[in-house]
Amino acid sequence: MLQIKHLSKTYITTPVLNNVSFDVPNGSIVCLLGPSGSGKSTLLRIIAGLEVQNSGHVLLDGNVIDAIPTHQRGFGFMFQEFALFPHRTVAQNVAFGLRMQHHPQPEIERRVDEQLELVGLDPDKFGKRAIDQLSGGERQRVALARSLAPQPRLLMLDEPLGSLDRILREQLIGELRQLIKRLDLTAIYVTHDQAEAFALADQIVLMQAGQVAQIGTPAQLYRAPNSVFTAQFLGLNNIVAGQVVAFEDDLVGVETVLGRLWVLAQREAIPDIHAAVNIVIRPEAAQSPDANRQMRNHITGEVINNSFRGASQRIHLRHISGHVFAFDWVDDVLPSPLSIQLRPGAMSLIK
Amino acid sequence: MIPVLRLFVRILPLAYLGLFYFYPLFIIFRLSFAPNDVIDLSAFAELVTDDYYRRILWFSTWQAAVSTILTLLIALPAAYLFARYHFRGKTLLRAIASVPFVLPALVVASAFSALFGPRSQGLWLMLLAHVFYNYTLVLRIVSGFWANLDPQLTQAAAVLGANGRRTWREITLPLLMPSIGAAALLVFTFCFGAFGSVLLLAGPRYATLEVEIYTQATSFLNLPIAAALSLLQMSATLLLTMLYNRVQTRTAALNLRAAHRIQQPVRGWVRWLWLGVITSLALLIVSPLFALVLRAIDAASVLGWGVYGALFNQSSSALFGVAPIEAVRNSVLYGLATVILALGVGIPAAYLLNDKTNTRAIFTILDTIFMLPLGTSAVTLGFGYIMAFASPPLAWRAEPWLLPFAHALLALPFVVRTLSPTLRSIDSRLRDAAQVMGASPLRAWREIDWPILARGIAVAAIFAFTISIGEFGATLLLGQPNYPTMPVVIFRFMGLPGIRNYALSLAMGCMLMLVTAISFMVIERLRISDSEF
Repeated sequence: MLQIKHLSKTYITTPVLNNVSFDVPNGSIVCLLGPSGSGKSTLLRIIAGLEVQNSGHVLLDGNVIDAIPTHQRGFGFMFQEFALFPHRTVAQNVAFGLRMQHHPQPEIERRVDEQLELVGLDPDKFGKRAIDQLSGGERQRVALARSLAPQPRLLMLDEPLGSLDRILREQLIGELRQLIKRLDLTAIYVTHDQAEAFALADQIVLMQAGQVAQIGTPAQLYRAPNSVFTAQFLGLNNIVAGQVVAFEDDLVGVETVLGRLWVLAQREAIPDIHAAVNIVIRPEAAQSPDANRQMRNHITGEVINNSFRGASQRIHLRHISGHVFAFDWVDDVLPSPLSIQLRPGAMSLIK
Repeated sequence: MIPVLRLFVRILPLAYLGLFYFYPLFIIFRLSFAPNDVIDLSAFAELVTDDYYRRILWFSTWQAAVSTILTLLIALPAAYLFARYHFRGKTLLRAIASVPFVLPALVVASAFSALFGPRSQGLWLMLLAHVFYNYTLVLRIVSGFWANLDPQLTQAAAVLGANGRRTWREITLPLLMPSIGAAALLVFTFCFGAFGSVLLLAGPRYATLEVEIYTQATSFLNLPIAAALSLLQMSATLLLTMLYNRVQTRTAALNLRAAHRIQQPVRGWVRWLWLGVITSLALLIVSPLFALVLRAIDAASVLGWGVYGALFNQSSSALFGVAPIEAVRNSVLYGLATVILALGVGIPAAYLLNDKTNTRAIFTILDTIFMLPLGTSAVTLGFGYIMAFASPPLAWRAEPWLLPFAHALLALPFVVRTLSPTLRSIDSRLRDAAQVMGASPLRAWREIDWPILARGIAVAAIFAFTISIGEFGATLLLGQPNYPTMPVVIFRFMGLPGIRNYALSLAMGCMLMLVTAISFMVIERLRISDSEF
């Protein structure tokens, strides 16, 4: 297990990391997610030994590894623009780490072929190619093969798909997760793209301005963001402020500009009465009003925009208070003004 | 572009090269193979059989090799420092390091002779002058390339298990090799064709091919031998230029982008490196230049300032039919004429070279042709002009205006290489857009190309000017006695006995340095960062 304990790093006078701690259990994929400048790449480079922290420690299986130089850590690292050696062929790039481990030549050749096949490149066709003869996607695969070849104890990936186009990215992200799981690797993946993090991660460490904003599974983060920053970074922009006024079973009643909203509260996060809270209303919260049920969580507004999204449409609803909310709407009929009911389970509270 | 203009652009540079480069070379060729219009290889036979010429070839080669190695040894650590670290005064240091490259050989020679005492000579003095001269070439080429080397590459090697030394050997050095090779080839080529430095610093016992060509042509009047030696010199430089172009292409093929440029502050052992670089710059580059000025002042304090009055006096020297000070005016006039010619030919040449419709092969051929003068020895060129322009209808060799044509030819590679990166960076769609909006082709050029090119043209112009006022080899052969230039005056005064003449040569050296320094400061101000020189 890799443990990060109280890491801090300051560049001249600018703090980049501030008391960051989290664990990476063996065999799991942890995504460091955050906007650019949140310190996630620096964190990764400290783990790799490419930069030195001002305080705190990196532990591997209980041992502090701070003093071990990069080339002796036995980690794999995939760089943002791949950093493939331009003066070496594809096979020579993949063989580099194996040569550093002093494997005999025949074994190196065998394992290079193996690695290339593993990432879906034909060794006979690609092995002798120069780096500048490769497409973006092929480069990504070679870089992956190169970092996997020496069988690293930990694989680190620094926005490895950032330079590729969206369709390729979506395809590769699925393959990448499959591959990491199949090889039972421990991996840390840095990205600023929440969709990428959701698709790949077992655990997400969300970073903001050098600090950990929230740690959890993708589902935990999505369903229960613990701050307005987390919610907005995950694309959850329907946020209303209110005051807790009532409790009923699992539901918490909050008085807002939209009227009183009943929200299903997480057991561990039930606020006090009269507390000021923010409600995150997820886009899937909207449904057609059910005539048989209580007239709760109703809001009405004018549909000011709608766009087709396949299974649903994304609609923008302007409430009379002036607030605009985005919802996924599955019905074909779309009257305006539109009356909708919000599902308590698709909302969460931020204390 | 207007068809006539386009045709003009295409033909002019090639016609110029044809008449003022290939034709004289052809004459030399003919002179060496058939001096009396019948095939006669006796000149070559003499070259091959006579030990004397073999020794000259050997000397040219080994002194160039030693100069190159010394230059690399001294300049490479500086290249590393400039590429990877930032420190106070870096820009100033870089500028100081660049001064020698534009300084005329004669200033360099007189500066070193001033540093080590009047008329001191020796092989090591010449080698030192060569290092002084080429230091900035290595520094600029290698450090520019090194700075663009993505640090992620070495980091990737470290993550994959390579220690520092291994990373250096497997990643950094192989990636730097083409740029080091290109720099070394350029230095070797320049040193192989050394003329002024050998003549003035090495002493009469030593001669490079260049010096020998000059001696054979002017002292012994053995023209077939001079021509054969010229041919040898040209073949060698042609080979070297081709090699250089090849390495250059490889360098460009590595396609390193200026991404992730991380420069660290100077700390730890790098302080010692920094100190070493500063010291070597001070000793090697600053001290000779200071010595030149100080010796000139010193001479005046001994002989009285009145000694320099001789510069303005026609009768002061039997060597010139005019007052030596007129050399300043001559040099400036020649320089201006060179600028006009070099730009007039160089701008169309740059357009021709970078025409988008050129195939790869055509580009390579044109690039090689336009770069040829860079490796061609000035003495050979001057000798070729004397032979080629001797009889009607081309009886021009006694004309004072012929010299700028030779100078412009020597400046052409610099003009083309300075303009090319900028020209390539101009998006042709900008011109299209301008034309769609109603600009005529000429108007489009003025509105789009000109503003972007103007700085490059200014830099190229100053390059041409600097090359012309400092040029020595061709000038010595072609220059008219009534129109001496500053380098020739320095050379003549140095060859005369007596402390007075020595003082006069120093004074003229200072003036030449001043004129060059001023033009150089203008270049540094206007410099385009990705230009090669």
